[in-house]
Amino acid sequence: MASASPLSRRALMTRSLALGCSLAASPLITPVTMASAPWDGRLVVIILRGAMDGLDAVRPVGDPAFAALRPDVTGDAPDLDGFFALNPALTGLMPLWRAGEMGFVHAVSTPYRDKRSHFDGQDILEAGSGTDIAGRLRDGWLNRLLQEMPGIESDTAYAVGRGDMLLLKGAAEVANWAPDSALALSPQAQRLLDLVMHDDPLFRDAMTEAIELSQGRIDALTGGEDLDNATMMNTMQDMMRPKRGADSAETIAAFAAERLRGDSRIAAFSLLGFDTHARQTVQLPRALDRLQTAIMTLRRDLGEVWQKTAIVAMTEFGRTARVNGTSGTDHGTGGAMILAGGALRGGRVLGAWPGLTEADLYQRRDLMPTRDVRAYAGWIMRDLFQLSPDVIERTVFPGVDLGADPRLIL
Amino acid sequence: MRFDPQRAAIRFGCGLSPKIAPPSSVAATLALLQGADNAAADFPIPGFEQTRTALLEIRQARRGIRKAPTDAERDAARKYQRQLRRKLRADAVGWFRQGLLRRAFTEDGFRERLTFFWADHFTAKGDSARSRDGVMPYVEEAIRPHVAGRFADMLKSVVTHPVMLDYLDQIRSVGPNSDFAQKRQRNEGVNENFARELLELHIMGADGPHTQADIRQMAKLLTGLHFDLKRGFTFRGERAEPGAETVLGQSYGGGPPRLADIFDALEHLVRHPATARHIARKLAVHFVSDTPDTDLLADLAAAFTQTEGDLIAVYEVLLSHPAAWRDGPGNVKQPIDFIGSSLRALDLVPRHVPTGVRALRRVALGPLTLMGQDWTNPVGPDGWPEADADWITPQRMAARIHWAMSAPFLLRRVLPDPRDFVQVALGGAGRDDLIFAARAAETRAEGIGIILASPQFQRT
Repeated sequence: MASASPLSRRALMTRSLALGCSLAASPLITPVTMASAPWDGRLVVIILRGAMDGLDAVRPVGDPAFAALRPDVTGDAPDLDGFFALNPALTGLMPLWRAGEMGFVHAVSTPYRDKRSHFDGQDILEAGSGTDIAGRLRDGWLNRLLQEMPGIESDTAYAVGRGDMLLLKGAAEVANWAPDSALALSPQAQRLLDLVMHDDPLFRDAMTEAIELSQGRIDALTGGEDLDNATMMNTMQDMMRPKRGADSAETIAAFAAERLRGDSRIAAFSLLGFDTHARQTVQLPRALDRLQTAIMTLRRDLGEVWQKTAIVAMTEFGRTARVNGTSGTDHGTGGAMILAGGALRGGRVLGAWPGLTEADLYQRRDLMPTRDVRAYAGWIMRDLFQLSPDVIERTVFPGVDLGADPRLIL
Repeated sequence: MRFDPQRAAIRFGCGLSPKIAPPSSVAATLALLQGADNAAADFPIPGFEQTRTALLEIRQARRGIRKAPTDAERDAARKYQRQLRRKLRADAVGWFRQGLLRRAFTEDGFRERLTFFWADHFTAKGDSARSRDGVMPYVEEAIRPHVAGRFADMLKSVVTHPVMLDYLDQIRSVGPNSDFAQKRQRNEGVNENFARELLELHIMGADGPHTQADIRQMAKLLTGLHFDLKRGFTFRGERAEPGAETVLGQSYGGGPPRLADIFDALEHLVRHPATARHIARKLAVHFVSDTPDTDLLADLAAAFTQTEGDLIAVYEVLLSHPAAWRDGPGNVKQPIDFIGSSLRALDLVPRHVPTGVRALRRVALGPLTLMGQDWTNPVGPDGWPEADADWITPQRMAARIHWAMSAPFLLRRVLPDPRDFVQVALGGAGRDDLIFAARAAETRAEGIGIILASPQFQRT
């Protein structure tokens, strides 16, 4: 809530419920809270940091040039469609594929070219910009999507985990929280902190939001009563310690699922470890396993909401078509996008395949991108949130050419 | 607006202390920096040699496990290897403690801040077991001795340091036409990682004039830089790509491969105007503001260019420039600066800071992680973020409040009176609302916590 007071909306709601008040009659609870959000679809965006090797994740085994480029490729790769096979580390996703709840897009990229820097590449992916306006867009495309939607609440969209995400930064309010956090304050401590932070909007807003986001856990702790000083101090000492496993793919996905089962509609988080310059056959399966865990955890915990959910996993760029001198791959261009969810019209590997002969490669080294990765994300948002293509092309992904509708959502 | 000792201690030093007076002028600050490194002498951290030896022992112990003829001997060898590992980890946590104590007790706070700044600029971290505990030794020997010297010298010492070579995959990079590759007949080749980060992060910036072709050439030029646990750093001509390489229009080498050719290229690249601009911006953003004044940037870059990267000359501009002394909220302290300046203000003695691995995790390393600064482990080679908004998110703000309210009591037990503490921590410049809050808190721990968590203390 933009005007969030320390007396949180949730606390009020709890109290009203306890008193048996009619919620609809309460002026403090907007209809939006009740109707949760203006739309019902759920979107999960997973940023695969470090540049996932699309050619190893979704292997074009049917391309005659593939085997020579990737002599190291090992393992029993499950067949997808006779041309592509899945990296064995993602075998656990095959039931979703067979159910049409899993899809892939190949040979895609952002408009970013040639410098192949992670930092620029991730900025452009998360800003959703073309290269001409990179550096000028200081907010993320998911945030600009929110700015276009009516009735956004502070918990409509979640950035989950301890890391940062440009993807969700911007003028629209977004919740940023990790599964193991809670800020517990006595009324007196809260008053004093409010007082000393009042004139510094950055600090004041961060604290107010932290208090709001903690309300559920604190209520569970105190039964809705005020916190006394001793309990506050004990809780703080406990909270000072990172909890084991709180940053794992499973914990983060489970937390995202919990929010999405409730009022939240969008969740985003990052998975790391895709920068496989060396020993890729060891490193990449580890990173892919985290992605598989995240997707399967969402599948397990979303319950019925899974049917309304689309998961989009994207990376800053692909990697070189050839293996480098250290059994890894270097920064490249075209890559793959991974899609899942009950709302998905899956069971397909989309994208125009450019081929892998030396002449087919981008600058004779990278998979040639044949379409903008933003076009697919754009069509998903159009279908999931009934967003007009015009808004997507102008605001969410400025300059994108959406092209033909790949009909990704059921 | 110009140099003010109290503000200088907060903005360019490690914060205020009830006992240690800050340097009184720009000249005094720079004189301290050019003098003896007393903090390093008082709280020593060894160079990488000790880590290298320890890692070598661990490797030998691992061989011992493999070669053990009986189960009993294998178990014993395993236990021995575990002990060695644990010892190295404990040593590394001890070095972290030394770093905290330096911040708490130094008279030369600018040196600690610069060491951190340059260590971040040249971020190297342990992705592999062999360098995980080598990061602070790397900083101690490759960075710290050069913070008051020439940028090019620091660069050369980084480029030849094992931890950096390991982190950015340089030790695996081999010239495809080198003797080594020819003999092996294996799929040996060049790895671009280090060349890219050198140009993009360390020297000229991501918006620099270099192209993919320059990166490729630079990567070939860098082949030969090598490290292994037995010999440490070595330059290996037999791994280097033969022939000259051209980077940004300038050709290097051509004769038998030499380390000197790489150094030539580095010296040359340091003199490029893009390098001066990049370093100027990084310094100004770190010490002064996320959106630094263009005058300040221009003057810093000019000093860098005129002196070909004499850092003292650049710092003199930084400390003397009116734009560096503007009133109003400065940058948010990074978590390590927040914790360090809190310890300093709390008037500890070294024994207050625990020595055990567990206890240090509890009072400092764990909280740093929750504040977004998992020690020596930033996400990538671009190091820690600089924007205030990256550090003050709801959950990181919560972590700062948790630490502020809990840690002082865990460390000291007997806490100062918040009404006095607010004077010490802010040098008598505390705002009225903060002075009121210090008085109104229910307990001393809460009062201290509110002062430490306040924007006035959290910002420089």
